[in-house]
Amino acid sequence: MSAPYAKLPAWADYGLIPLINLAVAFLVAGLVVMLVGENPFRAAVILVDGALGRGQNIAYTLYYATSFIFTGLAVAVAFHCSLFNIGGEGQAYVGGLGVAVVCLAFDSILPWWLVFPLAVAGAAVFGAAWAFIPAYFQAKRGSHIVITTIMFNFIAASLMVYLLVNVLKPAGSQAPQTRTFVEGGHLPKLNWMLEALGLSVRSAPFNLSFLLALLAAFLVWVLIWRTRLGYEIRMRGFSPKAARYAGVSETKIIIIAMLISGALAGMMALNPVMGDQNRLQIDFVTGAGFVGIAVALMGRSHPAGIVPAAILFGMLYQGGAELAFEMPNISRDMIVIIQGLVILFAGALEHMFRPTLQAAIASLSPRSMGAEARQGEGG
Amino acid sequence: MAHTAIELNGISKSFGAVHANRNIDLKITAGTIHGIIGENGAGKSTLMSILYGFYQADRGRIQVGGKPVTINTPSAAIALGIGMVHQHFMLVENFTVLENVILGAEGEALLNTSIAKARSELERLERDYGLEVDPDAVIEDLSVGLQQRVEILKALYRGAEILILDEPTGVLTPAEADHLFRILRQLKDEGKTIILITHKLREIMAITDNVSVMRQGAMVATRKTSETTVEELAELMVGRRVLLSVEKGEAKPGGVMLSVKNLTVKDSRGVTMVDNVSLDVRAGEIVGIAGVAGNGQSQLLDAVSGVQKAVSGTVTLDGVPVALTGEADPADLRQRGMAHVPEDRHHVGLVLPFEENENAMLGYHRQAKYLNGPFLDIAAIRNDAREKIEKYDIRPADCRLKTANFSGGNQQKIVLAREMEQDPKVLIVGQPTRGVDVGAIEFIHKRLIDMRDQGKAVLLVSVELDEIRSLSDRILVMFAGRIVGERGPDASEAELGLLMAGVEEKEAAE
Repeated sequence: MSAPYAKLPAWADYGLIPLINLAVAFLVAGLVVMLVGENPFRAAVILVDGALGRGQNIAYTLYYATSFIFTGLAVAVAFHCSLFNIGGEGQAYVGGLGVAVVCLAFDSILPWWLVFPLAVAGAAVFGAAWAFIPAYFQAKRGSHIVITTIMFNFIAASLMVYLLVNVLKPAGSQAPQTRTFVEGGHLPKLNWMLEALGLSVRSAPFNLSFLLALLAAFLVWVLIWRTRLGYEIRMRGFSPKAARYAGVSETKIIIIAMLISGALAGMMALNPVMGDQNRLQIDFVTGAGFVGIAVALMGRSHPAGIVPAAILFGMLYQGGAELAFEMPNISRDMIVIIQGLVILFAGALEHMFRPTLQAAIASLSPRSMGAEARQGEGG
Repeated sequence: MAHTAIELNGISKSFGAVHANRNIDLKITAGTIHGIIGENGAGKSTLMSILYGFYQADRGRIQVGGKPVTINTPSAAIALGIGMVHQHFMLVENFTVLENVILGAEGEALLNTSIAKARSELERLERDYGLEVDPDAVIEDLSVGLQQRVEILKALYRGAEILILDEPTGVLTPAEADHLFRILRQLKDEGKTIILITHKLREIMAITDNVSVMRQGAMVATRKTSETTVEELAELMVGRRVLLSVEKGEAKPGGVMLSVKNLTVKDSRGVTMVDNVSLDVRAGEIVGIAGVAGNGQSQLLDAVSGVQKAVSGTVTLDGVPVALTGEADPADLRQRGMAHVPEDRHHVGLVLPFEENENAMLGYHRQAKYLNGPFLDIAAIRNDAREKIEKYDIRPADCRLKTANFSGGNQQKIVLAREMEQDPKVLIVGQPTRGVDVGAIEFIHKRLIDMRDQGKAVLLVSVELDEIRSLSDRILVMFAGRIVGERGPDASEAELGLLMAGVEEKEAAE
């Protein structure tokens, strides 16, 4: 006896439900702020002002959002194939290696605009390669991708520490990082775009990879909804049996979806490594891979939802830093709490408000659901 | 005058905007067998779930034995003497009959007293109603018919005076169904009240005293069975006149299009599901495979259509062999002219969350007409879907609607349209009318006959014996993975029934 809920209209499904989930997440976060003895309203004002108050802050917000768009898209592509890729963190980390290798090799020979496409390819190939191993085990052996990708995050961390300390660190340096790239390994900043809007930006790491992220979002949309490959990915995601019936090889489609996912996660590394720090540092991903899960959940795996969700998390990161500065009782961990709450309400408890909302919308305007409400009668 | 066992007044139930039941009145006389019929989605199951405490009605009153009651949980229903035998049995497979019977009614911490009590009670029930079943047998060793008997015993053990049976004959051989009806009559003679939910009109006529018809969530009529006809009931169910029999001319079989030789298929546990099966299907004929569900028909279809690997055997499609034991490729078979309407349209034949147009090309999505290089040609895909919607009268006529939101009959039409419009040489069809309303059944049967008359080879599997008999030009009976006999379309139901029950060919012929 399946629960015969009628479907929601699209605007409620993709707009209202995420908003409600988000509001509840913030409400609970507000309670936590109260618990540590601060005024949640003042905290909210500081947070929003810290994220959007000045051009400088907006640039930082967009810088963080860039990373989250990549990792959010990575999670979403795998989701469409019904694969939960939790390994974005590790894939991005290894993707950074691809960026660094390209930059270290060419930064003194080629101009940035020639190094850039090579670095994109390096990031994508390294990220995809890191996703390939769990994908292969899932496709051929049925090893659960959630478990293997989590494990691969740890392996990636160990691998990168080893490489940075023993291989990539310049002789005589104490810091576990590569040498700083020279000019050819620097992406141009985009702060002028904000300045053109009349905002002032002193110095912020907002860079060209933001535009690449937007392009990637568009291409992911094209891939998923406008290509044969995307059609087969979604087919397998919704119904593996139907995919087999349609002659789609499950092994092949799982591996391809994970390669694309890993490549997108890997491209996240362009933003901090080539766009900001201009060297490969230890732990440069700082949780962006995991934020990607929250972003994909909130954005309902649609690029049009992922971009705003990524910007929202960018705001939380940037505003949260300001908040930690203004309110010493609140540490940056608060952002992790909010992030966790969003995952909880947007993902795990997604269906909590749905039945109520359905009943409410149905009673307000039965017609909006009329044609679609024929599913599951009796049964 | 017998008193009223159950009376429902103005029962309504909605799920979101769906009115599963609206304002239902129903009176069931004690000591009778009362049939409730209706198409899929008419609201029969919802109504019975309300009566059994799975759902609560939004409005309306329930009276049991003349007293108003509230039934919030199945245990409340049991306390009122209402028992339910579900379509899908609720038995613990590796428990014995006794253990299953006392499950949930154990009484105390230690089992031996309740087991002893149950044993003597079962003996009494067996004596009174002719419900023989070995109390120490393990459920998984019992036939489906016997398992159903255990379900009935469970309800009676809990003191049920009113027994609800939900589509009880769907999984039974004709002989087992007859036996069930004998038991039901006996129960009735002992004063029990029985509610029989079914969509099979023949059963209603055979066994019930009264019959209520549901349509689109409403109770449209209640009749005394002796004063109605199959035609009237069918018309009440559908809301218009229906043609119950299929009209078809002589078959004109041509050359062999599909040939299966010594096919053996095992499931993932290594159990042989299809055992050395050989069959031929010629152009212009429908070969029907009859059998009780679970005798290997599904695996036969899956292996022939390339969805499942076979262990050994050969299949030739229009004279060309098909790779079976390797990675059989359904895509390749489609290209070579094999269309397949799978048994399970919800999980196999369709992707329910897809838009209708995306399902209208499922499996054929590699064809150039749907593509621009690696990109989907959205306009072509939607136009193609619209043409099929028009031609097969799929409703609502909206190719952008999610497939899950179409009714069962229209979903099946989406699959049929897709497979038939490919102009295949061989059409493989599993359970074409399962969960499909009477109106659509008529349409589907007509299309299948049309395919035959166009010279296609049609292999049909159905657990509905009537369907097999009315459509097929030759009938093969499958039992325990083997083909146990072949008959013409004029074979009697009794004869086929014996074969389906595994009675050997020679005995059946006598």
